Amino acid sequence: MLAGQLADGRWALAGMWGEAEAVNLALLDSDSGGVADRSELAIATLPCPQGQFPSIALHHAPAHRLERAINDLFGLEPVGAPDDRLWLDHGRWGVHYPLGACTKSTEALQPYVFLGAEGEGLHQIPVGPVHAGIIEPGHFRFTANGETVVRLEERLGYTHKGIDSLMAGAPIDRAAQLAARVSGDSTVAYSIAFARAIEAALGVEIPDRAHWLRALMAELERIANHLGDIGAVCNDAAFALMHAHTSVLRERVLRTSNDCFGHRLMMDKAIPGGVNVDLDARGMEKIRSLLAVIREEFPRLIDLYDETASLQDRTVGTGFLAPALARQYACGGYIGRASGRSFDARRDFAYPPYDSLRFEVPLFKEGDVNARMWVRIREVEQSLGLIDQILTGIPSGAISVAVQPAGRICEGVSLVEGFRGDILCWLRLDPDGTIARCHLRDPSWFQWPLIEAAIEGNIVADFPLCNKSFNCSYSGHDI
Amino acid sequence: MRKLLFESLIKPVLTEPRPDPDQAMLAELAAALGQSARQKLGRSLSIREIDAGSCNGCELEIHALNNPFYDIERFGLRFVASPRHADVLLVTGPVTKNMREALERTYNATPAPKWVVAAGDCAADGGCFAGSYAVAGGVSAVIPVDLHIPGCPPPPEALIRGLMALVENARHGADLTARP
Repeated sequence: MLAGQLADGRWALAGMWGEAEAVNLALLDSDSGGVADRSELAIATLPCPQGQFPSIALHHAPAHRLERAINDLFGLEPVGAPDDRLWLDHGRWGVHYPLGACTKSTEALQPYVFLGAEGEGLHQIPVGPVHAGIIEPGHFRFTANGETVVRLEERLGYTHKGIDSLMAGAPIDRAAQLAARVSGDSTVAYSIAFARAIEAALGVEIPDRAHWLRALMAELERIANHLGDIGAVCNDAAFALMHAHTSVLRERVLRTSNDCFGHRLMMDKAIPGGVNVDLDARGMEKIRSLLAVIREEFPRLIDLYDETASLQDRTVGTGFLAPALARQYACGGYIGRASGRSFDARRDFAYPPYDSLRFEVPLFKEGDVNARMWVRIREVEQSLGLIDQILTGIPSGAISVAVQPAGRICEGVSLVEGFRGDILCWLRLDPDGTIARCHLRDPSWFQWPLIEAAIEGNIVADFPLCNKSFNCSYSGHDI
Repeated sequence: MRKLLFESLIKPVLTEPRPDPDQAMLAELAAALGQSARQKLGRSLSIREIDAGSCNGCELEIHALNNPFYDIERFGLRFVASPRHADVLLVTGPVTKNMREALERTYNATPAPKWVVAAGDCAADGGCFAGSYAVAGGVSAVIPVDLHIPGCPPPPEALIRGLMALVENARHGADLTARP
């Protein structure tokens, strides 16, 4: 029944993960109509004592890779699944089902069978896992007819580090360190997601000032990433001037973050119970002058982007993602918002301090590289406004509280808006406060499959441009 | 665009002075490479970056090396697209078992003489991911490493200081062909 409701669009699939004898689904009531704090998140558990569960992917395609990952890690079989190939398991771990039965694997490596594309004049282009740029590893298998991409199939899992297994049995501070390193570009958002799930499980109320400092770091992270990627997209369209200018602004954000919080990426600064570094008057002044610099430089760069015909020629109409697909996949972040899906966890779940801050969620419907650029441009502007409000309204007081074990088994869940989209964290704590099971779902799970759709019919040479405009996380997906 | 370009003529230069090579790293290199006098590579090195399973934090800081503040190309250090063109492999991350073969093959595709620099705490010994069923360990668990640059992630300045130490060694004529 659930699968049917997912297929009908009554719910959106926000996550799916395994346990020893159960599969959990996170369901999002996505029809908020853009009204703040109106969305709901529900967790459904499917017990699977026989090691099997009915395939959701059979009815709802976004579950495909999630089910394959559950099968790889736990050995729980999705019955009736349309695709039974391994996903994260490349046959190199020395074990099967590391989080389930954990049996030794002895068989020889099997080649991965890519989906077919047949026809006269088609040729294949294998790319990766080691790529030409300074980027993460993954394999792309293009089938092209001349210059035109007929099919792209991704193969991911190269950066799988077994984070879920390292989490199991870990004390909270060690688990927080792992959570901060699921995807380094979103380290602040991940730390906040993990901390909020811990606080939800233990019923901990953190001081107001900690909420505001977390939001300040999260918005700095968002601005830094958007600035870097706006330039990088232009660079992939052979317009290096823009890249040089935005990389200067990005560097200024990182240096200010380092001055104020003691780390350029603000890693390990948001912790369960609050934050571990306070902001003084000197730091606030530094952030104010940073905002002034960005406000002076950024609009001119945007004009440059908007007025350069050779650049627009590359980005307008390229890599079109259909709004229906963005909706079906509950695709978060700037990718979803450039294809008409209005969802932002900061607004739709209004977690503090966003419930007392004013901001808009930029929305475009065109779904091309250009629309994704504009969402990010507008989001930089919104984040500047948010930081203004935070610096003016930040309450004084303590920045953290102690986190004590509950003495019983308890569960917590959180949904936090990173720069790339909504990050889901679900965890269960043992009575002594150690992690029994923790799963962090990167927004990329619902974005990666859509590049395959967006690239179809584009030329091979536009793939880097499309890929950069999505900028999915390999590490966050591969966990 | 004309205005932006014109301003760059009159604005002060952002690029910062060259940092000194790291002394500790110089010592590590001297021990690793030996000192028979042969100048192989002059003062220019081509670098191929390989992410062997990192969280992408190190990649962000390596990217920053190309921004106008650090402008790494002025030191003769250049990122290249193929291992065939590389003198140095700059490897990040704990080496995941799924990336192990790709790393070995990239190493083998790099012509000698070559150096391997392991950047970041994970690349040193697996960092906080050590001990996982999916992780082979630090970079030296899979290929020989000449230099470690610590940090999580190492800031751009630490990366430059490490790489400068490498260039200094090349100038003093470290024998790179002695490597297996």
